Amino acid sequence: MSQPILALKGVRKTYNAGTDVAQEVLHGIDLELQSGEFVALIGPSGSGKSTLLNIIGLLEPATSGSYRLDGREVTQLSEDEMTRARLETLGFVFQFHHLLPAFSALENVQIPGLMRDGSYTPERRAEALRLLEAVGLKGAEQKKPAQLSGGMQQRVAIARALALSPKLVLADEPTGNLDTKTADDIFALLRRFNQERGTALLVVTHDADLAARCDRVVRLVDGVIAEDKLIHASAAPV
Amino acid sequence: MKFEWTVALRFLREGRMQTALIIGGATIGVGLIVLITGLINGLQGDLIRRTLGTLPHIVVRPPDEINRGQLAQAQGGIGAASAAAEKARLSLPDIPSNAEALASTQRKVEALANTQARAQRLRSIDQWQQLAAQISATPGVVAVSPNVSGAALALRGEADKAVNLQGVEPAPFLRVTKFDEKITAGTFQLNTGDIVIGTQLAKDLGVGIGDKLRIQTARNAGDAFTVRGLFDAGNRDANRRNVYVNFRTGQSLLDLAGGASNIDISIEDVFRAEEVAKALRQRTDQQVESWIETSSQLFVAISNQTFFTRLIRIFVAVIVAVGITSVLVVSVVQKQKEIGILRAMGAARGAILRVFLLQGAVIGLAGAILGSGFGTLLMAFISRVFKSPDGSAFLRLQIAPELYAAAVGISLVFGVLAAIMPARRAASLDPAQAIRI
Repeated sequence: MSQPILALKGVRKTYNAGTDVAQEVLHGIDLELQSGEFVALIGPSGSGKSTLLNIIGLLEPATSGSYRLDGREVTQLSEDEMTRARLETLGFVFQFHHLLPAFSALENVQIPGLMRDGSYTPERRAEALRLLEAVGLKGAEQKKPAQLSGGMQQRVAIARALALSPKLVLADEPTGNLDTKTADDIFALLRRFNQERGTALLVVTHDADLAARCDRVVRLVDGVIAEDKLIHASAAPV
Repeated sequence: MKFEWTVALRFLREGRMQTALIIGGATIGVGLIVLITGLINGLQGDLIRRTLGTLPHIVVRPPDEINRGQLAQAQGGIGAASAAAEKARLSLPDIPSNAEALASTQRKVEALANTQARAQRLRSIDQWQQLAAQISATPGVVAVSPNVSGAALALRGEADKAVNLQGVEPAPFLRVTKFDEKITAGTFQLNTGDIVIGTQLAKDLGVGIGDKLRIQTARNAGDAFTVRGLFDAGNRDANRRNVYVNFRTGQSLLDLAGGASNIDISIEDVFRAEEVAKALRQRTDQQVESWIETSSQLFVAISNQTFFTRLIRIFVAVIVAVGITSVLVVSVVQKQKEIGILRAMGAARGAILRVFLLQGAVIGLAGAILGSGFGTLLMAFISRVFKSPDGSAFLRLQIAPELYAAAVGISLVFGVLAAIMPARRAASLDPAQAIRI
């Protein structure tokens, strides 16, 4: 069995620690994700989903506990090391697609490569074109985000998240503001990449239907994992 | 840096109006700095040219002659005389005899006091050839011209005029004084028997080019000279008093065979005249005078002007910098979300910092380049429209490469400095918060 892509042990998060208004929002989370898994993270508002996603996404540190990302302990990393780890290991898909409005679809997809390599390489460009084609945006490469529909923008965001072939993609309500049909398409796309590339996915969602189409559902309630069940056999070998 | 450049330029392009306005502001600022600097440099150059005219920047003369023995004697004498005068004053009531005693004592005091300063006869600088060679080798010195000068009379027919006779070597003299620019008729040609005089003297004596006049000194019966050139030094007195003859001729007329009464020096940077003079003073016991000493009021006026110009330039630069800062601060707020995305995707804080510093640099650089053009246009306009009383351009258009290089350099530095605060702000944005906006 390969090592887990993600392993949290006893992760706690306290805001305003050491003050009168200190508030613990995560009370000891244990969670493992294998590479190639497609996991839904669900839970009511205020359950700590966003905080947990931020910690997993290395956007904020845990107050205590251990977090191993791709076999590496990351709780003690410096800000710059965390930034580097985000770039090299993770891909992000946000709810509001968050593309850079000044850049074309193709450029948006190439930005992670530009950040990592310091230049646009022909290989990266070819890869970006392939990804845009794979998400069904052939012909729209030169369009600016404002010229694209919400669903198309989210497709660009998915292509961008996959640009550097991350081992784990974190998606925060990726279909949150899309109509049902478009949401279905986007979800299918994520599933396809999960199967074709073996990319592990952690998807935060409110949509029970979508969650039911994942391999595994983790339910977070009041800062603890209330339920963690396998609903389909994972596509990727575990 | 490719990533930073790409994002910085794209951010600037995206904020079209803002970018255009701030680059416009920087352009006006830099243009103003270029204009003020050009204007003041031009005016000062003009002022120096007009006021200093044909004067050398530094002059070396023999030291004043002081007879030390006599000086001591004179001082003792004064002591005795004043004691006598005091006595006379105390017994003042006996008017007739004492008044006479007082008067005689005063005469004695005056006589003794007069011996204190010796009449300064015309003398040559000791070892002037060697000294002139040494001066030529001094850093900052452009040209060295040994001269003789002294009093003489210019005679023609019934008329005679007191003149200041100058014996010069034409080539080095012209290098020091650029005197050929002042010639209004004929040439500055000084072979034996040639003379160049001022327009006023020519009028007074009624001579023109090719006419003859006679020069005579206290020690020499003199010679006839042919007028080869007329000059207008821009100063009536100089035009009336100064006459120029060949160095050797001057030496023999002034009875200074083989000698030089002064060495005129021109230097590269007129404002460093005092430094060069100081360096020369350490090497020679001759008197060394710079124009800064002899025309100290002019120098103070010019340095005050320079100071205030600098102050104005600094304020303009600061205003431009504050403008750049405020535009970038707004831009950071507007782009919080994008900065958050970039940070979340893995852009390091340093990269974000550089994105905004680069924007400051680009604005500064664009402002500098456009502003240099704008300032030059303004200068060209002013030099065309505004004229001096004599009809010449009030401001000579000076395209000084250093000025533009300095404008670009300063503007670049101020642009980057102006961007530091907003850039730090952008870099310190928390990506987790920024992407939720």
